[in-house]
Amino acid sequence: MLSQADIARALTRISHEILESNRGASGLVVLGIPTRGVVLAERIAESLATISGEPIPVGSVDVTMYRDDLRSQPTRASRPTSLPVGGIDGKTVVLVDDVLYSGRTIRAALDALSSLGRPRAVRLAVLVDRGHRELPIRADFVGKNLPTSTAERIYVRLAGVDADELVAIEGGAATEGAVGAGAHA
Amino acid sequence: MRHLLSTSDLGLDDALRILDISEDMADVSTREVRKLPTLRGTTVVNLFYEDSTRTRISFEAAAKRLSADVINFAAKGSSVSKGESLKDTAQTLAAMGADGIVIRHPSSGAPRVLADSGWVDAGIVNAGDGTHEHPTQALLDAFTMRRRVHGAASRGRDLDGLRVVIVGDILHSRVARSNAWLLRTLGAQVTVVAPPTLLPVDVSRFGVDVHYDLDEALFQVRPDVVMMLRIQQERMNEAFFPNAREYARAWGLSAARFRALPPETVVMHPGPMNRGLEISDEAADSPRSTVREQVANGVAVRMAVLYLTLAGDREDSL
Repeated sequence: MLSQADIARALTRISHEILESNRGASGLVVLGIPTRGVVLAERIAESLATISGEPIPVGSVDVTMYRDDLRSQPTRASRPTSLPVGGIDGKTVVLVDDVLYSGRTIRAALDALSSLGRPRAVRLAVLVDRGHRELPIRADFVGKNLPTSTAERIYVRLAGVDADELVAIEGGAATEGAVGAGAHA
Repeated sequence: MRHLLSTSDLGLDDALRILDISEDMADVSTREVRKLPTLRGTTVVNLFYEDSTRTRISFEAAAKRLSADVINFAAKGSSVSKGESLKDTAQTLAAMGADGIVIRHPSSGAPRVLADSGWVDAGIVNAGDGTHEHPTQALLDAFTMRRRVHGAASRGRDLDGLRVVIVGDILHSRVARSNAWLLRTLGAQVTVVAPPTLLPVDVSRFGVDVHYDLDEALFQVRPDVVMMLRIQQERMNEAFFPNAREYARAWGLSAARFRALPPETVVMHPGPMNRGLEISDEAADSPRSTVREQVANGVAVRMAVLYLTLAGDREDSL
């Protein structure tokens, strides 16, 4: 659905939108949600820095310990949370994830943020919004809206964590149970 | 992970998983809000048949930082002193809704009995059983070593090639036993040093090198880590060595021995220390001593263990 070039274009556009809505780069902190959100956050921060000419603090926020589905799943390993020097107090945090689906990961991320500090505002940027929200959460910056059915899976593969780079949908019952890198079903 | 009973059950991947999650748990204690909501609504019982302040407090702090409810059950002054069996006590705790039981017991194997009996569904964590094992102590020791060696880049790393010398009462020490299994799994090279009376008969099964002479061992091995064990005076009901002064002279980490160590060597002790017996003030209070780090790391490691045994789907196993 998205090629490497499409992904790069989407991230550049998101970066311009962030700077426009923030009226510049002041006070921005970009935090990615592991695993692929962190890769995207780093790229967005880099592109923000290129466009604005200012360095943009970037980090990661792990949500494992804040999830509401821990009891129904095999135990997940946590990932590091790392905040840039200067923290997030009084800053405008842009949360970055690869796919926005039920909204539960973002709910967990908001809880995690509140125990890390008190940002002035929190925005959400995602590469793909596939719909089917279960909570009142929406993205401020979206790379691509991909309407899907719940039976479909979305694969996001990014250079840096995966061998290649693309966004793909694998559909319906035929591939049900398939396990792949970064599958969001 | 359904239970944590022994470090000999842990493969390299399991051990690294626990240590890596412990890194993330340790980060929590550096934050403004030192609490995670992970085990909200979960009840953890500390079932202690033996006196232990440190381990119990450490487990209690770990459970509370994960938002679990904690019930402390000390056998002294309880129904146990009226003759209640382990089975009845455990079933009583289960009936009160215990999701996890952290057990310390004077009998080796008691946690295993509790885990295998089917008396309770709770996740069982061994907090020291007789002279058998103390797995969370070994995990926090390994975590401390890994941080000293690899620093901030510890995640995913093992202890390959690390030279560790463990000195003292190997016979009665569950710390030594758990450490021997775990350190070997992590790739460290372990040497134990003790008077022959304080070595188990089957010491060859530990997969460690054995020395009787401390000076010779320290000179030959040139260790990265020296771990001094506590002489457990409560277990010294037989004459294992002539007297405390002789023990200190032959197997204690005196100031002179400490100064003769390679400059990078780290000194560890599980606590509580008998200063002047197995460890000198100079060694215990030096920046190369990790005694206080071990205590702080203990909370993080126990958070990881409670998370892995209690948070997920209970049908899942490690």
